[in-house]
Amino acid sequence: MRVTQGCFSFLPDLTDEQITAQIEYCLGKGWAIGVEHTDDPHPRNIYWEMFGHPMFDLRDAKGAMMELEACRKAFPDHYIRINAFDSTRGFETVTMSFIVNRPKTEPGIRMTRTEVDGRSIRYTHSVQRA
Amino acid sequence: MTDHPTVEAPQTAPQTIDLKAEYEASGVREVLEELDRELIGLAPVKQRIRETAALLLVDRARRSLGLSQETPTLHMSFTGNPGTGKTTVALKMAGLLHRLGYVRKGHLVSVTRDDLVGQYIGHTAPKTKEILKKAMGGVLFIDEAYYLYKPDNERDYGQEAIEILLQVMENNRDDLVVILAGYADRMDRFFQANPGFRSRVAHHIDFPDYEDGELLRIADSMLDGQGYGFSPEAREVMTRYIAIRRAQPHFANARSIRNALDRARLRQANRLFSRDAPVSAADLSTILPEDISVSRVFTGGLKTGRPEEDA
Repeated sequence: MRVTQGCFSFLPDLTDEQITAQIEYCLGKGWAIGVEHTDDPHPRNIYWEMFGHPMFDLRDAKGAMMELEACRKAFPDHYIRINAFDSTRGFETVTMSFIVNRPKTEPGIRMTRTEVDGRSIRYTHSVQRA
Repeated sequence: MTDHPTVEAPQTAPQTIDLKAEYEASGVREVLEELDRELIGLAPVKQRIRETAALLLVDRARRSLGLSQETPTLHMSFTGNPGTGKTTVALKMAGLLHRLGYVRKGHLVSVTRDDLVGQYIGHTAPKTKEILKKAMGGVLFIDEAYYLYKPDNERDYGQEAIEILLQVMENNRDDLVVILAGYADRMDRFFQANPGFRSRVAHHIDFPDYEDGELLRIADSMLDGQGYGFSPEAREVMTRYIAIRRAQPHFANARSIRNALDRARLRQANRLFSRDAPVSAADLSTILPEDISVSRVFTGGLKTGRPEEDA
């Protein structure tokens, strides 16, 4: 099942050129770029592993692209996303995040309904490993 | 700039390119003129940079006509004694390469061995890569590059930094230009020991020492930049100072002059402060002969030989 998290996730996968252009946009705004990866696309898994340090003081997207290349090499079958962190006072948070790498076959996510007291229903999502 | 050596459009091409117009449009002229205006002396360096600019302009024209595809090797080495303007020229070079479109951003990242080489195993590679990432799209200026290579210590991590550098210099020629700088003789030895560098560095630019007259003009322009000026007698003392200082150890060209002027300003401030009379604007901005003449340079220099404490 195609995971849709972050920006552009309903579009076809971005090409490297498009990723470069997006990173250029982020750098133009003065945001720091971080590369993160995970093998667990559960929607509640918000803490992905960092790949290297977040990159402050970058001037050109190529620097981040090199890091992304290294991450793809190390984890070709993981989800990889690029985060742009805005350190401006008042924001100090990730302002943009988009997936740049997906496993060849994405795991499904199954929803389980549990009936509890009365007619209430609890929902549980679990990632279906192949 | 009218006697530019390469003002000829390629004849065989289907279309022609007006190199003069390219030259004007690219903004290279401003950089070269700025270089001429702001840097005193350094005639051979300016000549080399003009030649390099011409080469790059022609190369760009060739590429736009489809005559060549390859990005030329742009890595450079700047050799010369301390204080001869290597960093300043590197800054201008970054601007030049940016205007010609050879680097995308045109910023200068200036580093030394400490910024590249780590302190323990596994520390060097991330550190070097971090710097390289920051330098992408611009110019990486490695000052005193020969310190990267320490032949007497085979466990030195410098070698690791060198290998990463070489790899990036080869694979990312479109993304970054590396300038290695240092003393001429030591850089020669460095290149001999690292043939990989020698073959990847296309442009070697040698920075000559300044003449006495040039140093005096540099002193003038430095003072002028800070809103000070020499009195005529002080200027004469400064001329003598330069001649004597040159022969003493740890002479670092323009940097020695800057330090001498800083100390002259210090003495001037003390002199004005210890005086009882009110001071005028002219007093506040004039260096008098006694501000320079009490320097130890005139009494044979500093015996302990501590560097840069010698005026």
